[in-house]
Amino acid sequence: MTVARFWRKIPQRYNMIGTKCETCHRHFFPPRTFCPDCRRSGRIVDHKFAGSGTIVTYTVIHTANEQFEAFTPYVLAIVKLDEGPRMTAQIVCRPDEVKIGMRVKSVFRRIATDGETGIIHYGTKFMPVD
Amino acid sequence: MRDVAVIGIGCTTFGEKWSIGFRELFVEAGALALEDAQLSGEKIDAMYIGNMSAGRFIEQEHIGALIADYAGLATHHIPSTRVEAACASGGLAFRQAVIAVASGMEDIVVAAGVEKMTDVEPGASTDTLTGAADREWEGFVGATFPGLYAMIATDYMHRYPLTREQLAQVAVKNHYNGARNPIAQFQQEITIETVLRSTMVAEPLRLFDCSPITDGAAAVIVAPLDRAREFTDTPIKVLASTQASDTITLHDRRDISTLDATVVAGKRAFKMAKLSHKDIDMVEVHDCFSIAEICAIEDLGFCRKGEAGKFTADGETALSGKIPVNTSGGLKACGHPVGATGIKQVYEIVQQLRNEAGKRQIDDAKIGMTHNVGGTGATVAIHILGRV
Repeated sequence: MTVARFWRKIPQRYNMIGTKCETCHRHFFPPRTFCPDCRRSGRIVDHKFAGSGTIVTYTVIHTANEQFEAFTPYVLAIVKLDEGPRMTAQIVCRPDEVKIGMRVKSVFRRIATDGETGIIHYGTKFMPVD
Repeated sequence: MRDVAVIGIGCTTFGEKWSIGFRELFVEAGALALEDAQLSGEKIDAMYIGNMSAGRFIEQEHIGALIADYAGLATHHIPSTRVEAACASGGLAFRQAVIAVASGMEDIVVAAGVEKMTDVEPGASTDTLTGAADREWEGFVGATFPGLYAMIATDYMHRYPLTREQLAQVAVKNHYNGARNPIAQFQQEITIETVLRSTMVAEPLRLFDCSPITDGAAAVIVAPLDRAREFTDTPIKVLASTQASDTITLHDRRDISTLDATVVAGKRAFKMAKLSHKDIDMVEVHDCFSIAEICAIEDLGFCRKGEAGKFTADGETALSGKIPVNTSGGLKACGHPVGATGIKQVYEIVQQLRNEAGKRQIDDAKIGMTHNVGGTGATVAIHILGRV
């Protein structure tokens, strides 16, 4: 991923800045710039998500793409955020700890590296809430 | 709209074909299809080529022109169009060819699919396939394709009765069929233990739950039904051609374990053909992973939601079952050269309907169906084909 492609999504990746539609109050993360319900009468504004949610489903990745090979096995899940939308993210826990329905909160973590000299990708993972 | 028929079919063998390149693969499949239709190349009016990612697999774009050229048609200047919808590229190419003929715009049209996947390292091919999902919000965070389907499996097994052994039976059945298909990448039968002992890829999916990396090409020729007998004694009529889309990400779906695009495209197809699932003699579904076949047979209506595990374990999807599924061996055993898969599904159904499927022939097959999925269900193409 080029620097510009990563850089332009830093607020979204680091701080979970998504969007919401002020017409219908639906929240979007990952962010959308067009409301599928209200269409042209939608009014999209930025919205900072609280970062808490519940695990909908998960897997433990044993065979990863190149950039993630060093991290296997790792837990990947779909998290339903309390504001409504769902997102895909890694869960910072042991593979045998993850469960459907588990409450999680967002944490800032390193995601991957573009080789030894490339940029380091940071972003959002989730960890279990005690 | 005009009625459309398939008048010729061709397919390479599928596998890791180190000695043969992208363009030779296509030429082989195309030549077989032309020979089958007893047609010479200059009769072709147009071509549609399903291809997912030659750009990343062999660093080649502009596939339509390349293929027309190496098919010896550059001097005929026919329109040749690449169609891309990830793993559903082939199904969409076939649909574009059908639409071109049905509209009256063209008469003799080639629908083909080709993918050369082994010219990059396995890690790079897996990464390329991840582009069928959402790169920014799935791939970026560490999702793989098996990982996304594994999350469907986790959700499914949490909500419905599906055992690990029943899931393995999908692969066992598809390998049984593949062992009876001369073009299949894997022609060995396996047992449930083979699946359960294979390497873990993404829990709960193991290596034998996953379709392989494959090189291959397939081509079919369509024409107006009323001209079909000029070329073949056994034209196969296209009874329905439908397509549906859904959210690109798995996490945005209404229901993680239901491919709504399959449900919608399936209903549209049955309506278009004025048929129901009871009329279908066999179906080629998109079993990129074992769980995908489980979802597909439910979403198409062949059994109720939550019952596909038992349905499969009871043998209802086997060659001798109520509704034989993936008589070709499916993506699992026949192989999955992504852009070619949708065309190979049509190739298999046409063979069945012409009574040319050898050891895997379904008795008195009259109507067959194909179901081709892009990504985790963001695109679905469905076709129903019948004997005339």
